[in-house]
Amino acid sequence: MSKFTFPESIRSRPVYGTLAPRAGSAHLFVADAHGAEAILDVATPEIMAKGHIIYLPKGEGFGDKLRALNPASFYAGPSFAAAEARLHRMLKDAKMGLQVYLAGTEGLMGQAQLAATDAGIPHTAIQTEHRGSTARRMQCVHCKGITEDVEIDPFQCSHCGLNLFVRDHYSRRLAAYQAVCIDAEDPGNVPASKGIYE
Amino acid sequence: MSGAEKIAVKVTEIVPLNDLVTRFKFERVDGGLLPTFSGGAHTVVEMQDGDITRLNPYSLMSDPMDQTAYTISVRRDDEGRGGSLFMHTRVALGDEMVISYPVNLFSLDLRAKKHLFVAGGIGITPFMAQIKQLERFNGHWELHYACRTPALGTYGDELRAHHPNETRIYYDDQDQRINLADLLEGQPLGTHVYVCGPKGMIEWVRNTAQADGWPREAIHYEEFLAPKPGKPFEVKLAVSNKVIQVGEQESLLEAMEREGVDAPYLCRGGACGQCETSVIDYAGNFIHRDHWLDDAEHDSGEKIMPCVSRFEGKTLVLDR
Repeated sequence: MSKFTFPESIRSRPVYGTLAPRAGSAHLFVADAHGAEAILDVATPEIMAKGHIIYLPKGEGFGDKLRALNPASFYAGPSFAAAEARLHRMLKDAKMGLQVYLAGTEGLMGQAQLAATDAGIPHTAIQTEHRGSTARRMQCVHCKGITEDVEIDPFQCSHCGLNLFVRDHYSRRLAAYQAVCIDAEDPGNVPASKGIYE
Repeated sequence: MSGAEKIAVKVTEIVPLNDLVTRFKFERVDGGLLPTFSGGAHTVVEMQDGDITRLNPYSLMSDPMDQTAYTISVRRDDEGRGGSLFMHTRVALGDEMVISYPVNLFSLDLRAKKHLFVAGGIGITPFMAQIKQLERFNGHWELHYACRTPALGTYGDELRAHHPNETRIYYDDQDQRINLADLLEGQPLGTHVYVCGPKGMIEWVRNTAQADGWPREAIHYEEFLAPKPGKPFEVKLAVSNKVIQVGEQESLLEAMEREGVDAPYLCRGGACGQCETSVIDYAGNFIHRDHWLDDAEHDSGEKIMPCVSRFEGKTLVLDR
């Protein structure tokens, strides 16, 4: 049950694909939780000989299977923040021909893609595959604070406490969706929350 | 009016650089300033050769921010259709000419962390302006320039004198070759490669970079094709309601213009897509020469690029 088909939406909303092996001088994989399954699906011994995996298990037990692929390097850590310095360092030292594969939740893929585009890779050249949770990384457009792993709509901003409506407007610069106050005209009139895709 | 807007200019400098290449400088007839452009832009120069109007695109090679004058470098092609020969033999100091506003089909991607230029022969010209543009912004660049001999290495000395660390020149007569595989392999992430030169060189760079896993968006090239001669043919233009003859030495686009049909264009070299024309009916074979349409479109018989492509057969009806 790690795959989910997102409903059709506006053009701003990212669309994810299926990882496919590509020719390259090196291969960088960044995944969280069930994203590991996408790496297992695409891995070949040739790719893994020049492959580097950054994995955030988030309680899922794929670490040993990924390690068994014998990548050139393997890192597992508790959060994107913990892995970020390593990711930036790898991108800074990388040469043209590096292929980037991202898999897992939208928040993870978005932030890793931002790091890769900042390093100079065109966003269209980065492969992505969604697996696992459909939780979103949301920016409050009022206080600019970011709330991670939002699963319900509306939700309360973890920074300023406003009641926020989950929108499909996405910012690649922030790697976050936009959330807008839902009761600005009529404070306190907030519909009951439900799952984003319910 | 088709093509980019026009500017009346006079020729204020003609400098022969070597056996093949001459540099021309244009200033506005009215003494005003020219528009700024971006490195890689070209202008279409109109040449009044008797009854024939020749329109050839040339890369602008002066400083893009210098609005007092434009310069182009023209390589003489003795086998060609006469445009470059006209520039070399018939254009004199003080002549008034008409050129188009700059159009850029080969601009720098300013998101790049580093710009890697690969030039062959006269393909150096767009890079001259791009280098001046990058120097203003302290851009990171490197040039690899292949030419036949030191004497024909247009601007080689100038580039080496001003940018000794960024410029590497390779001479065919000394058996020097660009080691492309090594060159591409060591480039830092965020490098974009730009190639301008003969067809073979462009293919070589594109294929090598793509096989090494370079993103398509980081590979840039410019190749303007000269219209090649071919057998004369007849075309019916449905919108204009005219039947015209395309001569051996003229392109379909030129034949339309000769007959007073206002057809769109920008590059006149098969690259920009502006002159794309729908085919209404045909019986015969297309000779597609552009690199705008893809293979499926070439095979479909539904589209033609009149600036470089031709036709052999009985009937050709175009939506023009």
